[in-house]
Amino acid sequence: MKEKLAQMFQSKNRSRTLSFGLVIIAYIVLEVLLLTGNLSSLFTSLLVPVCCYIVAAIGLNLNVGISGELNLGQGGFMSVGAFVAVCVSGVLSYSIPSPIIRLIASILCGAIAAGVIGALIGIPVLKLQGDYLAIVTLAFGQIIKSIINNLYIGYDKNGFQMSFVENKLALAEGGKALLSGPMGATGTDRIATFTFGVILVLLSLLIVYNLMYSRNGRAIMAARDNRIAAESVGINVANTKMLAFVTSAMLAGAAGALYALNYATLAPSKFDFNLSILILVYVVLGGLGNMTGTIIATTVLVLLPELLRSLQDYRMLIYAIILIVIMLVTNNEFLKEKFSKLRLGKKGAMK
Amino acid sequence: MKFNQLFKGGLAVAMAATLVACGSNGSTTSQSTGGETAGNSTAAIKIGGSGPTTGGAAVYGQAVKNAFELAVEEVNAVGDVQFEARFEDDAHDPEKAVTAYGVLKDWGMQVSIGTTTSGPGQAVSPLYKEDNIFALTPSASSLAVIYADTANASNPYGSVFQMCFTDPNQGVASADYLKAHTDLGSKVGVIWKNDDNYSTGVHDKFVAEAKEVGLEVVYDGTFESSTENDFSVQLTQAQAAGADILFLPIYYQPASLILTQANAMNYAPTFFGVDGLDGILSMENFDTSLAEGVYLLTPFSADGTDQMTKHFVDEYQKRYGEVPNQFAADAYDCVYALAQACKAAGITADMTPSQVADALKAEFTKMTFDGITGEQVTWNANGEVSKSPKAVVIKDGVYVGVQD
Repeated sequence: MKEKLAQMFQSKNRSRTLSFGLVIIAYIVLEVLLLTGNLSSLFTSLLVPVCCYIVAAIGLNLNVGISGELNLGQGGFMSVGAFVAVCVSGVLSYSIPSPIIRLIASILCGAIAAGVIGALIGIPVLKLQGDYLAIVTLAFGQIIKSIINNLYIGYDKNGFQMSFVENKLALAEGGKALLSGPMGATGTDRIATFTFGVILVLLSLLIVYNLMYSRNGRAIMAARDNRIAAESVGINVANTKMLAFVTSAMLAGAAGALYALNYATLAPSKFDFNLSILILVYVVLGGLGNMTGTIIATTVLVLLPELLRSLQDYRMLIYAIILIVIMLVTNNEFLKEKFSKLRLGKKGAMK
Repeated sequence: MKFNQLFKGGLAVAMAATLVACGSNGSTTSQSTGGETAGNSTAAIKIGGSGPTTGGAAVYGQAVKNAFELAVEEVNAVGDVQFEARFEDDAHDPEKAVTAYGVLKDWGMQVSIGTTTSGPGQAVSPLYKEDNIFALTPSASSLAVIYADTANASNPYGSVFQMCFTDPNQGVASADYLKAHTDLGSKVGVIWKNDDNYSTGVHDKFVAEAKEVGLEVVYDGTFESSTENDFSVQLTQAQAAGADILFLPIYYQPASLILTQANAMNYAPTFFGVDGLDGILSMENFDTSLAEGVYLLTPFSADGTDQMTKHFVDEYQKRYGEVPNQFAADAYDCVYALAQACKAAGITADMTPSQVADALKAEFTKMTFDGITGEQVTWNANGEVSKSPKAVVIKDGVYVGVQD
């Protein structure tokens, strides 16, 4: 028993070190390339989005891999975080000139907004047994898209203005249309930076690992593996699942916020069902419960279509084939066995 | 054990390869799509562009790409200016458009035809301003493509110009046209897509202008992506309201369904659309006889009898086997306008993109251009185009210009 515990402790440190090390080394290498001017414009433009997708995928992995609940609305939570952040950043631009403070404030607000909405959804749904969370989050993603598509928000010296379906904003001089329906947010200050993106990735890893290896984290995994057994030892299953779900939603909100502040424009249609599925693909290919795998899978899958640009119109075809190959290879029993030997002892923590 | 080491090693190599690829990709994958025609590539001005050649909006990107390459070849053959063309896919996604812009920049783009569609255009316009590269977009018609502050149409980017009308202008022009041509009908019904940027932009200005000029709008109905498979509710309501003109500021896919369903319920108002309706005749599985008598306000009609239009339509048809739509025509004009400006401003291939941009900005605001989408075309300093829209009507399966 003692040995097993020690082993688990060891593996815990190992996967954690691997994740953090990977991110930090990648950051240093990229930053050096960036500063010496050796990084092409193409990859410079991909740095922040990759960070965003990684954060969202880590969040989703916590929900799907650790907590075992399927979430098909990660894009919806990103959307909430993104548009809240755009509004906050737009309003703060009048009073706070410093971009870094605005960035932090916007991302915090985005994360909190997504977390609150996650909690509202989780309260009724997580008390149920079965795949209800998947159904509800799927609908949630669509509803959010529909609402933001019809929402007009403006801000001027008299305060906020809002209208629905039709644009009825009448802004005073110096006012700003924060959201304009299907056009989404335009003219956003692009204040997101790669360094902050990496900090956000590290922060989300820290949160997820600390949660995973805490008392609550073990309760979450116990509830995943056997709900009845977990309840019999006094674990409040709904609450533990809620913890994972809300954390996951907050990370998605933060990811969306960072994403929004990296582009001058953002349309609600970006955060559709396809995006939610895409993030789920990153998580599944990276391995359920495996954060390092998620980081690698996300990076590779975001970069892949760009690396295949030289194939022109065939690239989406090749992309699909590569996806299938990755799935077959990662599910190959022989390789799987070898791979699990590589991560010896992890079985205690991962399923 | 050996395998484990091998596996670890392999993983490390793969990751290193990814990183190396990150650093060097720009130089290794650059290749041109139309470069083979640019006799001497060192003396050619590098002209880039992006658009959706894959995904849902691929019809538009493909049309622009085809016409772009055709026009570059023709310009090079004339010999006043040499272009080297490269067109990248952006899948109608702002994120992909920014990376496509990165690819073009790495390639050494000196001047651009911008993006094909509005959403991606809004994302890259600030980059064109930042890097001071000149772009003339054929069909990204949103105001936000040229203005940072869309609500007040102020704070223009300055380095992005448009070849097409802005969405609001189309709405205003449509309302004015309908007011002036009461023979088409007097009671207007509108069906528009409220989760679509383009449709909302045209609709809002149309309704505002209709109020201004006293055009009676009796029905105003909406739909969105998830409900664009059935229009019976909207059509019944429009019919009940007595609308004898149906204004459709939408793309041609939903419009084709509206025409089909209206026909099935024996409702025959005058259908009136803007440039998004262009393409309805080349749609697959659509009975084009239903589109008879549909009016469109568009800058281009493929049946034009002037020399330039005929030449373009023939060449395009010969090469790509279809009648060019207005997107293709705008792209064709873009290249010719850029060629004219480059020649007049004395742009050479060894100038930096920034020098090219400064010269072109000055040139475009003072030049007049005659193309296939309009004559006496001018631009203001904000990048907005000024040309007169043409009304066309579909007769016997082809677009026919309406004589005023």
